[in-house]
Amino acid sequence: MTDIVDKVPAPVPPEQIKAIPVRHYGRWVAGAAVLAILVLIGIAFSNAKIHYDVIPDYLTDGTILSGVWHTLYISVLAMLLGLVLGVVLAVMRMSSNPVTSTVAWFYVWFFRGTPVLVQLLLWYNIALIFPILNLGFYKDEMNQVMTPFLAALLGLGLNEAAYMSEIVRAGIQSVDMGQTEASHALGMTQGKTLRRVVLPQAMRVIVPPTGNEFINMLKTSSLAYAVQFNELIKRSTDISSTSLAVVELYFVASIWYLILTSVFSVGQYYLERRYARGSSRTLPPTPLQRLRKNLALFGSFRRPEVSR
Amino acid sequence: MTSLSKDVATGGSGGPMVRAEGVHKSFGLAHILKGIDLEVNPREVFCLIGPSGSGKSTFLRCINHLEKISAGRLYVDGDLVGYRQKGDKLYELKESEVAAQRRDIGMVFQRFNLFPHMTALENVMEAPVQVKRETKAVARERAQRLLDRVGLGDRTGHYPAQLSGGQQQRVAIARALAMQPKLMLFDEPTSALDPELVGEVLDVMRDLAEDGMTMIVVTHEMGFAREVGDSLVFMDDGVVVEAGHPRQVLGDPQHERTKSFLSKVL
Ligand SMILES: Nc1ncnc2c1ncn2[C@@H]1O[C@H](COP(=O)(O)OP(=O)(O)O)[C@@H](O)[C@H]1O
Ligand SMILES: [Mg+2]
Repeated sequence: MTDIVDKVPAPVPPEQIKAIPVRHYGRWVAGAAVLAILVLIGIAFSNAKIHYDVIPDYLTDGTILSGVWHTLYISVLAMLLGLVLGVVLAVMRMSSNPVTSTVAWFYVWFFRGTPVLVQLLLWYNIALIFPILNLGFYKDEMNQVMTPFLAALLGLGLNEAAYMSEIVRAGIQSVDMGQTEASHALGMTQGKTLRRVVLPQAMRVIVPPTGNEFINMLKTSSLAYAVQFNELIKRSTDISSTSLAVVELYFVASIWYLILTSVFSVGQYYLERRYARGSSRTLPPTPLQRLRKNLALFGSFRRPEVSR
Repeated sequence: MTSLSKDVATGGSGGPMVRAEGVHKSFGLAHILKGIDLEVNPREVFCLIGPSGSGKSTFLRCINHLEKISAGRLYVDGDLVGYRQKGDKLYELKESEVAAQRRDIGMVFQRFNLFPHMTALENVMEAPVQVKRETKAVARERAQRLLDRVGLGDRTGHYPAQLSGGQQQRVAIARALAMQPKLMLFDEPTSALDPELVGEVLDVMRDLAEDGMTMIVVTHEMGFAREVGDSLVFMDDGVVVEAGHPRQVLGDPQHERTKSFLSKVL
């Protein structure tokens, strides 16, 4: 046997293919056309009546920064409310109790079926139909209770819960039934099974759309402008109504929205990576790890470690 | 040789570990189990064979109340499974009481069902910490010992996706043993494995049997049944067709259905 192996000729290094690549003339034409259009748009904007010089000042204006802060925290709080209520609604929806599952269904039906703006305005004007808030242990005039903040939180958060419950439900249903069975067979209760076994696995399905929801929320929170909440758009228009720099301030607001959404997109990437644990043999490297590996490669000219 | 289960519980009742009396199970209109009567004694390796769809898995799942039986009585170590009897009335057990019953019954599945988001060690530690409220240190120590014993002491930090099927199934056995059960249920533990990996799982089961664990094993591994089994039942279409010592049933089947089944699998 061994002598046969010995007779196998040493592999000859293959000759590299040197061929003339296909010319893609269409690509050149399309590229030139797109560039031309970009140049035209650039020229139009540089000749437009926009005072670009004021934009950097407004970007760090105290009023604008407070607007950014308000946008940020109302988005986070509304998202948290949506997340917690969304999990509750998802569990209610999947319960075998027909009352709770029907209630959850109606909740989603109502809050998904009506515009957020209308919901915000309804909360803000709720004093018109319930002048007095009476919780038994707490009683006050509704006007005093329903501040712009509370109206924004309820309007955005309760609406978000409807969407989140659908996302959470899809996540929970994506987890194999065998996981629940194995957990039950070990003596874990329903609640423990949900918390320790099902939800952590559902997160892989839940996190990506939730990240999108949050980035949407950052932008949708601008609707809270209608209930006098001091978020970014409200603050921008407050300034532009006196300074007359209307478009400039919309630019400023847009830049801030872009910054916020970009920062959270990066955060989302790392979160998704965390919940991918165990779903594949090796995790994809983070951008930082990739950079470091490339640098090391560049430095030593060694082949990268082959992953098992 | 260190023992797989330090102190194999042999049951406190003094009677059989499992007793089924006329167990029936229906899913809607489908009548799956049609009156199963059997007894499994402590320290016995009890093999269950039969064609696919005959209700073997269903019966196994009834024993730890993953399925509710429709009629009859099922006892584990003298206690009614899933119910409490007062006079001639049956009361369903609360969720926490059912969970408490299941703690003492380990189960190993055909498709392993390891928790994919936990390492091998975490899989084995999970139930003792969460259910028995053991400290992490105690649970980790036992988990390490069990993984050593099933030959995976060097794989404790691996996630299930990083393990072969045979290794996953051995982790699953360690996970069930970590609860120190008095009864182990195996539902075709080697059916999802590549042929060359079957042996390593059967070896672990053989060791466990030698330690005196009471085991009910649904299997198509007739060699294992003959060699390790103390009794064997052939099930078909929801009834026990033939029961006896494995060598007797496998070597000299009395019923036509047993003969025709064995001629297909042997
Ligand atoms: N949850 C269920 N609902 C309806 N039918 C079921 C369910 N579980 C099992 N069955 C049916 O019960 C029969 C027996 O299944 P099973 O116990 O898995 O057989 P075996 O393990 O012997 O192959 C099959 O026909 C199967 O379709
Ligand atoms: Mg089966």
